[in-house]
Order: sequence, then C-alpha cells, then structure tokens
Amino acid sequence: MVAAVATPPVLNDVSQDRARWKYLDNILTRRGPFTDEQCNPGPDLIETLSKAKVLVIGAGGLGCEILKNLALSGFKDIHVIDMDTIDVSNLNRQFLFRAADVGKPKASVAAAFVERRVKGVSITSHCGKIQDMDEEYYKQFQVVICGLDSIEARRWINATLVGMVDMDDPDSLKPMVDGGTEGFKGQARVIFPSMTSCFECQLDMHAPRAAVPLCTLATIPRQPQHCIEWAHIIAWEAERKEDILDTDDPAHITWLYEKANARAAEFGIAGVTYSMTQGVVKNIIPAIASTNAIIAAACCNEAFKIVTNGIASYMGLENNYMMYTGDGDSGVYTYTFLHEKKDDCPVCGNLARNMEINSELTLEEFIEGLAERPEAQLKKPTIRTEEKSLYYQAPPALEEQTRPNLKRKIKELLEDGEEIAVSDPAFQIDFKFKMVFSS
Amino acid sequence: MADVVTPPPLHGPTSKEKKYDRQLRLWAASGQAALEEAHILLINSGTGTVGVEALKNLVLPGIGNFTILDSATVTEADLGVNFFLEDTSLGKFRAGECCKYLQELNPDVKGNFISEPLETFVAKPNVLQPFTHILITAPIALEILEKISNDARFQSRPVFYVHCVGFYAQLSLQLPDAFPIVDTHPDPEKMTDLRILWPFRELREFAARKTKDLGSMNDHDHGHVPYVLLLLHYLSIWKSQHNGRPPQNYKEKTEFRELVRSGTRRDNPEGGEENFDEAVGAVLKSLNLSEPSSAIKEIFDSAECCINEVQRTNFWIITRAVKTFHQQHGSLPLPGSLPDMKAQSKDYIELQNVYKAKARKDVAEVLSHARKLEKGVERLPPADPEISEKEVEAFCKNAGFIKLIRGRPLKILKPKEMLKWGRSAKSASNALTNPDSLMPLHLAFLAYDSFSAAHAPDGHIATPQAPGASDFETDAQKMTGIVETLIDDLLRQARKFIEDPEYSEIKDSTAKIAQEMTRAGGAELHNIASLTGGIVAQEVIKVITKQYVPVDNVCLVDGVQSKTSVLKL
Ligand SMILES: [Zn+2]
Repeated sequence: MVAAVATPPVLNDVSQDRARWKYLDNILTRRGPFTDEQCNPGPDLIETLSKAKVLVIGAGGLGCEILKNLALSGFKDIHVIDMDTIDVSNLNRQFLFRAADVGKPKASVAAAFVERRVKGVSITSHCGKIQDMDEEYYKQFQVVICGLDSIEARRWINATLVGMVDMDDPDSLKPMVDGGTEGFKGQARVIFPSMTSCFECQLDMHAPRAAVPLCTLATIPRQPQHCIEWAHIIAWEAERKEDILDTDDPAHITWLYEKANARAAEFGIAGVTYSMTQGVVKNIIPAIASTNAIIAAACCNEAFKIVTNGIASYMGLENNYMMYTGDGDSGVYTYTFLHEKKDDCPVCGNLARNMEINSELTLEEFIEGLAERPEAQLKKPTIRTEEKSLYYQAPPALEEQTRPNLKRKIKELLEDGEEIAVSDPAFQIDFKFKMVFSS
Repeated sequence: MADVVTPPPLHGPTSKEKKYDRQLRLWAASGQAALEEAHILLINSGTGTVGVEALKNLVLPGIGNFTILDSATVTEADLGVNFFLEDTSLGKFRAGECCKYLQELNPDVKGNFISEPLETFVAKPNVLQPFTHILITAPIALEILEKISNDARFQSRPVFYVHCVGFYAQLSLQLPDAFPIVDTHPDPEKMTDLRILWPFRELREFAARKTKDLGSMNDHDHGHVPYVLLLLHYLSIWKSQHNGRPPQNYKEKTEFRELVRSGTRRDNPEGGEENFDEAVGAVLKSLNLSEPSSAIKEIFDSAECCINEVQRTNFWIITRAVKTFHQQHGSLPLPGSLPDMKAQSKDYIELQNVYKAKARKDVAEVLSHARKLEKGVERLPPADPEISEKEVEAFCKNAGFIKLIRGRPLKILKPKEMLKWGRSAKSASNALTNPDSLMPLHLAFLAYDSFSAAHAPDGHIATPQAPGASDFETDAQKMTGIVETLIDDLLRQARKFIEDPEYSEIKDSTAKIAQEMTRAGGAELHNIASLTGGIVAQEVIKVITKQYVPVDNVCLVDGVQSKTSVLKL
C-alpha cells in the first residue's frame, strides 16, 4: 500500500468560492431520485471528488476528450500516460493539438493545454508505456479510464488491475472504465476487477479480421487488398529485406502501392489506390471527433458517478457494457446490457477455457491460428503442458530444442481434454486452455 | 487482360487528404465537399455548452462556416462547464469568445458570431437565408422557436433542436417534408445481390459454360470453381428433377444444400473443398428472390413518384425511372458487386465482369428513362443540375437501400395549451408503455419548455427561467404536475386506457425523471453536454452529407441509465 501520496495542490479549493462550479454543484449538493443511499450530496462530496486521483490511459482521440471532461466534472488530480507523439492525421479529432505540435509527445501537450484552460486542475503527464509502470504506480489511483485503440494494451492493463485485487483490502480494487471507437460506432464499459466481467471475458467482442490465406496472396489474388498484402508481406521481404518497413514513411508506402498496382494490372484487378494501400498496411480504423466525444463522455460520466459513490446510478453490477451505433438503420442505437463474467476467463476466472481443435493440425498450424481465434488472439505464444514443453519462442536454445515439435500433429503431442498453458511476451499471465478434439 | 486496368497515375495524398484521412474513409470526397459547403447557425442559450461541443465536432472535420448567435456575456459559471472560454473571456460576449476558441481548432473553417438579442434578430426578414442548417439549444422563447421552425420548414432548412439538462438530453430533428438519402451505407453483406434464383441470361450462360465439365475437372480446378457457379450448376440439376421449380421452402432448401454438399470431393489431402463449403454455407441466404423492401415500395407509391405527377428533383426523376425499370423487369437494377470467394484469379475477374456488365446495362436503361422524364421538366429553383450518369450509377448501386424521411414539425408545448399529438398519438402512447423507450423523458422535456416559458421574467420572453434554478422542491412538484397532465392528455388523444398498477407506475417513473431533471436547475453537466454534442454532430454530418441514416425524429439520452432511444413523433 502506498501511504505517502503527494498532497494535491488544489485541496483548499473546496473552501474557496464555488461560483465557477455553480452548475456542477446543483447536482453535487442535491439528492435526486436516482442517488444512491451511500452518497451524501454536499460539501463533503465536493471534497471527495476534488481529492480523487484518477488515471487516464491514452491521450489520443478519446484521451483528449477524457481530460477535458474530467477537468470540467470537478476532478482536480488527473494523471495521463501515453507513449505516442502527435501526427498530422490526428488533427481532425484530437482537439488539444495544433499543426505546430506535430512530433511532440501527446501526453504532455494535452496535459498542459487542459491545465491552461481549466484553472485549478492539476494534470500530471507521463510519456511512456503503461507496461513500464509497476503495481505501486497503479495503486495510487481511485479509478482508471482507458482511451486506447490497442487491444493488446487494454488486455495488459486489465490483467494488471485484476492481478492487483487483494480480497482483504478494498482499496486494492480499482474500477476500470474503458472506451473504444470505430467510425460511427463505439462502446463504453465499466469493469470492477475480479467482481464483474473483465476485458478478457469480453475479448470475443473484438474478433480480429480473418487473414487472407498466404496461397491466395501468392498465386490467386482476386481483390485489390490481396495485391496490397502481397506487396506488403511477400514482395517487400523478397526485394527489400535489408530495409525495415516503416509504414509512416511515404516513400515506403509509395513503393508498396506501385508494387500492388503492377500486380493488380497483371491480374486485371481494379481498385488499388494509395489511400487503400495505406489503410491495409497500417490497418487504419476510421475515426471521427463526434464518436470520440460520445464514447469519452459516456466513460467520464460513469467515472463521475462511481467516484461520487452514486450521485446517480452507475454501470457496473447490473449493466456494464454500452454499445453505441451511429450508422445503423435507426440513426442512433445503443444497447446497454450485462456482460457476464466467465468462469473460464484466463484472467479473472479459475477454470481452463475449452478450445475446440482439429487434432490433425500440426503444432505450427495451431500456433498460427491462435493469433486469429477470437478467444485467444496471441501472436507469439509459448506453449507447454504440465509435463512437457511443446514450443518456446525464447531463449534461442529452448526454441531450437522445441522446434521439431512444430511439424508434429496435435494428436501426437496431446491427449484429448489435456490442458495447456500459453504465455505470450505481450502479457504477464498464462492462458490456460483445455484442448477438446473436434476430429 | 492487363489492358482492362490502366494503373492510376501516382497521386500521393494532399495535405488536406492527410489531415482528413480518418474521416474520408467514412464519407469520401463527396461528403467532405458537402461539409465544406455548409454554413451552420447555432442559436445558443441557457448554460450554452452542448451547442458549442457540437460545433467542436463539426469544426474539426472541416465544416465550411459556422455562426454563433448568443447575446449572453461570459460569467464565472460558464468557465466551469464550457471548455471554449478562458478566464480572460469574463464579461465579454460568449458568442465571440466561443467563436474565437473554436476557430483555433481548424484554420480551414470560417467562424462568425452575432451578439444581437434573438428577438430582434428573428424579427428581421430573411434572416435564415445565409445558413444551410440551424442548430438551436433550449431553452428559448417558444414563440420564437415556433417562428424559426415555420420559416425553416418553408425554406427547407433542416433544424436541430437540443435540450441538455443534468443527466438528460434530447435532440429533435425537423427535416424537410421529403428528405431522401441514396448513400445509406448499408452493411456490404446485405447489399450483395447474386441473382442465383433468377439468373440473367449472361450469368446463366457463363455458369453453364464454366461448369459443364465439372465432373471431369482435375482436383485443382474442381476446388476453385467459384461458389456462385456451383450454386447455379446444382440449381439447374435440381430444377430438372423438380419440374423446373427451384427449392421453395426451408425443407427443400436444406435438401438442396445436401445436394450441393454431396458434390464435394473428399479424397484429397484436405479432406474437402473450400469452395463447396462456401457454396453450402451460402444456400439459405442466396436462394431468395431479390424483392424490393416495403420501404422501397412505399417510396415508389408516394405521390411525388406518381405517373400523373411531374417529377421536379433529380431524386424523384431517377426514382420514377427505377420504378419503371422495376415494372418492366420485376427486379431492381443490379448493384453489380461480387463478394470475395475461393476462385482462380481469372475466373473470379471474369465472373465479376459478368455482374459489372449487367449493372452497367441496367444503369444505361435507367438513365434513358430518366432522360425522357427530364426532358421538358420545368424545375423549380433551386434547381438540381442535369442528371449525370454517375448520379444514376450511384442510385442504382443503392437502389434497394434508399431511404426517404418525411420531416415533421417540432412538437412545442406552450403554457396553458394542450399539445395536439395528431398522427403521433398512437406511437407516442405505445412508447409510453414500452419499458425500453425513453418516452417519459420526452414528456419531461416538453414540460421543461412549458415551465420555462411560463416562468420567464416579464418582458424578457427570450430568457426563460429553468425549473429548479432556485427552489428545487417547489419546482419539482410543478414539473410533476405538468407531466401528469401530459400523460393523461396523450392517453385521451390516443384513445388508450391503461389500468392500474401500470398507469400509476408510468406516472411514478415519469415523475421521477421530471424530478431528476429539476434537480439540475437548468444546468448542463459537461459530460452529458459533450456526449450529446457528439450525437448532434453525427446527425448534422449525416444530414449535410446526405449519407447514412439520420434520426427520425427525436433522440433521447439518459445519462443515469447510460441509454439512448429514438422516437418517431
Ligand atoms: Zn475475465
């Protein structure tokens, strides 16, 4: 436990003139019909809110909105962490950045902007990876709000927060509020680690797009995307092996585009464009300011209701997931529901998850498939059973020793119903699967 | 084959394309051009945040112009809820300050402001003329709201009327009488129209030619016949065994599926064939007649599309041309797209060209109908440009998914008057008994406007007084009284009788919402203002670009339950 938490510089604000917070105080000082019994509107509640230390992960499209929203919701001690720098394509939605900021770190530019605009708010920025911070760091916060586009980073923080829960210490439970967007769609969710369904329980809501088989790319392309993937995966490797592909380098994208275009012409395929090349190679997801605003505000609204102990009912135990769709048949559609906790969740459950598998596959084919299976999505798995090591990605000696297993069939290596443990350098935990043979 | 495709000249992205890359992937250059042509007027009032948040989401993607009309000066309280103000803004006009800080977000956008009081502004003639879209935030004087609503309707200007109070918000859209959307962006899977049951001649011939040696093909070729051709092949076998009839019902379709499955070769190393798996998987969804939806039929049947009527806009001319096409062929024009499927490159491209050629033929036919209709049509200003082939092509591609919204005037409840629900009475009263609908919240907002208007300080009809601004308890009781009357009026007009306990439950839950609304005292919570500003901006973008389907016509936001709901009123 961290006892020595630095005193926020704004503590005495509560006694100061609240003229600026007149509107917010209407809600903070009055009890409404949906206010929780545990919540006591009034000066104490205002103080609780201004003392609460909150962590924002990500200072991009969602993060910029989240920082602004928290600053204007009575939070005074906000921390933000992000490893990225500002790119020109961020400017259509990340409204705390200007053209002159391109190249600077997102976290510090965003923090300084909001501090300047909203007087009395302290925002501590950290430019770096979430994986570089330890449990002591995460323990100091009352709630964690994620505005990340990377699934991997969200799985990492989720597993960390679940791992931190100590049943004897209620303070060790850090509510996690998570938002994500894609085009006109998005989702906001609240996770009470170990108590409610966690990010990993919900992983199948983010099924990865099926990859195109390599043989299609190599011999029978039919779509412009196939030609681009061919240039990306096969041509670059064959012709420019010595260069490291930088998808942010226009010269590299141009090279891929020209290669893809020539291949498309050869097969009579129409439709390869520069923009499509960039989209496929960088796996670009469309993003707009308005969707970010909706999802970020939905997340901050939940954080506000949670930290105030229920100034109005919050998501969590009953409903915990809101799906938003702005491009459907009815214009605007939200579905707010309870996502159930899974007993076989590798992070918060205690049972091994069943995985159906064709036992005729080789271990290598199984490993390749793991990246795509919605319930696993592991790219560099190391696999072992209780007794034996099936395949190790590292160290090199162990890799070499286990490599021959790659060519062997699953049925030669495992029994039907046997449990395997899978670890991946991206995550600090083991994923347990019970292998059920389908044939 | 190579001469079919001319590689486009290398065109790296322009700086604008770079900046707008993530949104151009949603609404393309045509949508962006429409955005840049637009000029939105924000009539701001009250605590003034939701409209400014909406503008933020429109300035960032590059709307052409915006104008803020607001006569308020910046107070200390504004700084606690509105992000587009600074301490130095205190005492200055809110319109000017917000305009300045919004403009900073995007140098390509032109911002303007008017600090004249709303009453004198709207009293002048033709004041709405320069603006393409009007966004109003409540509360404003209801007489003025009614006047703007009427003028905007007359001039076919879309109006967005927004409430944002505490944990609640509401967006009401008033679209023109006929608001068509061609580019609705349906799910690509839904748009696929393969004509398996009723193949056109070229497709039938192509399939027969490509599958005539199916039995004697080597394994490689057999495993690469596109599934569409497999389905057509087995369908002709089925028909020859069933007096020329295709599978009619679910049972026959599953029998047909087994017939297709039985063609799979399994004596290969894979123990099966991917193209046959695809064919088997596609049977149930592909063996349907491509009938136009009831929504499309309704558009065909509308008065504007009638034979005796002269069509005056491109939309109606093309719709009538497509209607004629449908009457002659029994089907809509072919969209012409083909999903990816296991196949050799050459076979796939050939098949794709069969569909594309038919689509082009259909476009040409529709275009010739349209040209005939267009001739001699005296168009009313503002007249559309002459119909282009591109326009017809885009229309035909989306013909099965075009949408027509019939705009309705805003519902306004003035103090001491009874709201006339008219044709909305039935759906509104049904919504009241549906626990998933947020109808009670809509009633609370009607009550909110009525209360505010009744409590406006004398002589200042433009600055209504919000419930709960000073006396929470008393105002909450008054609001409860108004919503209860509204419920009874609505049920009476809908001739609907609800028994207890349901009746009391509806009254109780509506009263609770009215109380929660009163608790805010007319103030916005920044989170809800920001969330609603996002929804408003999405709807404005959809209406400006005429892409995607906008809300028809009221969207409610409940920040307590984290829910939204759309009502057609
Ligand atoms: Zn879990």
